[in-house]
Amino acid sequence: MIEENVSLPRIHYLNSHYGWKSWLFTTDHKRIGLLYMVSITLMFFLGGFFALLIRLELLTPQADLFTADTYNKFFTLHGVILIFFFLVPSIPATLGNFLIPLMIGAKDVAFPKLNLLSWYIFVIGSLFTLWVVAVGGIDTGWTFYTPYSTTFANTHVIAATLGVFFTGFSSILTGLNFIVTIHKMRAPGLTWFRLPLFIWSMYATSIIQVLATPVLGITMVLVAAERFAKVGIFDPALGGDPVLFQHMFWFYSHPAVYIMILPSLGVVSELISAFTWKRVFGYKFVAVSSLMIAIFSFIVWGHHMYVSSMSIYAGMLFSILSYLVAVPSAVKVFNWTATLYKGSISYDTPMLYALGFIGLFTIGGLTGLFLASMGLDRHLHDTYFVIAHFHLIMVGGAVMGYFGGLHYWWPKMFGRMYPEWWGRLSALILFVGFNLSFFPMFIIGYLGMPRRYHVYAPEFQVLNVMSTAGSSILGVGYLLPLVYFIWSLRYGKVASNPWRAKGLEWETTSPPPPENFLEQPIVTEEAYNYPTRPAQPAKPTGKLTGGLHPSPATATGREAQVV
Amino acid sequence: MRLVTTMTTNSDWMAALGWIPLFPERASANAANVDALYFFMLAVCGVVSILVVSLIFYFAVKYRRRTPDQLAEEAHVPIALEWAWIIIPSLFFMSFFGWGAFVYFKDAKAPEDALEIACTGRQWMWKFQHPDGQREINTLHIPVGKPVKLVMVSEDVIHSMFVPAFRIHMDVVPKRYTEVWFQATKPGTYHMFCSQYCGTEHANMVGSVIVLEPHEYQNWLSGAATGSLALRGEALFNKLACNGCHTGDAEARGPYLPGLYGRNVQLTTGEVVVADENYLRESIIKPGAKIAAGYDNIMPGYDGQLTEEEIIELVAYIKHLGKKYTQFEPVAPPTAPAPRPAGQNPDQTLPTGTVKPTQAPGVMSPAASSTSAPSAEGTTRKPN
Repeated sequence: MIEENVSLPRIHYLNSHYGWKSWLFTTDHKRIGLLYMVSITLMFFLGGFFALLIRLELLTPQADLFTADTYNKFFTLHGVILIFFFLVPSIPATLGNFLIPLMIGAKDVAFPKLNLLSWYIFVIGSLFTLWVVAVGGIDTGWTFYTPYSTTFANTHVIAATLGVFFTGFSSILTGLNFIVTIHKMRAPGLTWFRLPLFIWSMYATSIIQVLATPVLGITMVLVAAERFAKVGIFDPALGGDPVLFQHMFWFYSHPAVYIMILPSLGVVSELISAFTWKRVFGYKFVAVSSLMIAIFSFIVWGHHMYVSSMSIYAGMLFSILSYLVAVPSAVKVFNWTATLYKGSISYDTPMLYALGFIGLFTIGGLTGLFLASMGLDRHLHDTYFVIAHFHLIMVGGAVMGYFGGLHYWWPKMFGRMYPEWWGRLSALILFVGFNLSFFPMFIIGYLGMPRRYHVYAPEFQVLNVMSTAGSSILGVGYLLPLVYFIWSLRYGKVASNPWRAKGLEWETTSPPPPENFLEQPIVTEEAYNYPTRPAQPAKPTGKLTGGLHPSPATATGREAQVV
Repeated sequence: MRLVTTMTTNSDWMAALGWIPLFPERASANAANVDALYFFMLAVCGVVSILVVSLIFYFAVKYRRRTPDQLAEEAHVPIALEWAWIIIPSLFFMSFFGWGAFVYFKDAKAPEDALEIACTGRQWMWKFQHPDGQREINTLHIPVGKPVKLVMVSEDVIHSMFVPAFRIHMDVVPKRYTEVWFQATKPGTYHMFCSQYCGTEHANMVGSVIVLEPHEYQNWLSGAATGSLALRGEALFNKLACNGCHTGDAEARGPYLPGLYGRNVQLTTGEVVVADENYLRESIIKPGAKIAAGYDNIMPGYDGQLTEEEIIELVAYIKHLGKKYTQFEPVAPPTAPAPRPAGQNPDQTLPTGTVKPTQAPGVMSPAASSTSAPSAEGTTRKPN
């Protein structure tokens, strides 16, 4: 869907200032968003490269390409880089930074300088990690389990934990900035229940970032202290408790899963609405479910530890709480599906990502139910079933959402369209590659192949070959957008609001001016107030009159039609 | 490379046919419970996935934008649906929770008569010590149909004992005993994996559980005995001069150990703890941590001076002590056979060394020493 007769605005945030200083010292949230985008894209391809090497080694049951130590470093770097330096900052720091002020009708975030500082802290953290890669890596796994990480590993653990420690501060400051921005800087008339759902999910994400990340920081410092100064905290040989580490680590890292997925849930809500030209069904339920997920996410960490020697009664409590956190996630899926009903659905690239997301997130979430069950986790713990499950959530969910969002807001960011045909093709390639990569892992996992094995029993080979084949397709799917996005910056068709989407961010020009809005927008309607046409009469009596909002009287259990 | 090449027969013929294995071997009583829950959840979640995905496809095709300006239709979906899809999934989730917790709890505690085998994990091997003194590395021989309890500890980092065919999994933690138990239901050779990442050769910290028919197991036992754990523990107890303080006299400087295992101990802090394996272990390596009421903190700690295997032997000795020290002391084989038949005859298929601590004092020591005693070898072979 390409608009006719649009031209780029004369002044926008990209051409208002020139030179490297105008980027490195900018306090414009849009430019900072782009700085993040470039940084995390580098980290994404680095982490993805390690994934390809891992899959290549797993093509055969023997160790063919790499030694055990090298392989262990690869999966550790893959995890550390993609989780702490790509997934956690991905949507919040790029799309969130770019869009939150635009969506709420503000000039910038609440603390623009703090926002720039967050990016610099992120870069410092990344440099630590890149230094670790350059000087020989780290082999503890991204989970840094003690006492292996504190006493036994011979790799660059301290530098890596410092990298994670620093990037954590970037995450905390970004979250803080967003919370204040959303509270204090909404345009006149933009009440909480008129906010786009993306803002709701970013708000929930920010709460987790601010409250959980400090615990990760503390944990990393303690690991470094024990390793460096032999302070006995986690290593029982020094008088510590190794399981304590797991409690502290997962107290952050389980909520962190929601730092990664909640923003994607918000993006998908936006996409579903924009490509059905419809209000998201059950808006309030979807909005509140984000907050519920954020709150529950803090009290489920023990489900990573059923077989860690933790009390079985604690395990039972964590199990039941883990099932509760699944409810608001399920609510979102059902609401999106219901939104499609009687929509005007178009199949532009972002919508393909959104639909793929719903399918993969559903299956990723449902397989999480298997792992939340104590009886099943006793078999599935630390097998490839776990790997498949969390890649469905993190890659099939978070990354799909990020890519969908990038395509959707690309014309908003740069005023130009990516090539639609290539976009659809790469969405399809990604979906096929993804499924081929990760579905065999569920079977491998139930068969009993443990994670982090570079050699494995021969009966697992066929499925591993399938998975490796899928990952190479996935690699192509990720490279394509990189190429055509860069291409489109110069050659893409000029576009302003090609989707004819609602939302304050589309009210201003594309790309937006440096101050976002030339005059202060005033909000008079709820988000997603798309015009509708009368219901097609399915039966002669189908045309009823009624209010805009459903009344309990019409809730008869079957779908009623109301004009 | 120490990859396990022995495969279960099932996967063998599947591999031969070029089939993709879809389901693991099932060889324990627990496995059937886990699989039943797995299939139940697979069915429920499969139906939900298919429902959601087909609805999406149906809507996506039916309500596609046919003309560029086509608006969405006015639609009213009753809000009661929201509550339906909050409450109904919740009920299913609770059934998953309940069933899962049930499967876990049912098998959380090993039966009283379980055969107890000590397991030590270290970078990068599994070491096993059988009650009768047999030791194995990366191989575990067990009898079919008999509950087996592994009491596990790590010498270095955290490992995890994983036997897929038994559907069991338990972390092996340094300086702390954890337990897991299983009852094999069919003879065969099964994978044993370390599933908690533990360093360079993590992927090679693998082994086999060899499940034998009871008579084969008896044969195997008698082929590899070197003196029971408790016996070796006793020798160590004397060598370390523990008996200097734990004399059993009224004025002894150390607490009286016989009969201690499993009992409540009053501490100087007023707290009461159960003298389980972890307590005994801690009292050996860090005696000052929990001091029994009425005693001074004078015992030297043995942290770092004893290997995990030696600690296991000492704990085994203390666990198997009857009511008096002296009852365990006749180590020499000649005295062993005398009380033995009383404990052994009623159930000859039981492997030796599995006598419960609740049995009459004096039975434990000779029975445990039986495999090392020449006269006992004959009786052990009888069932064959």
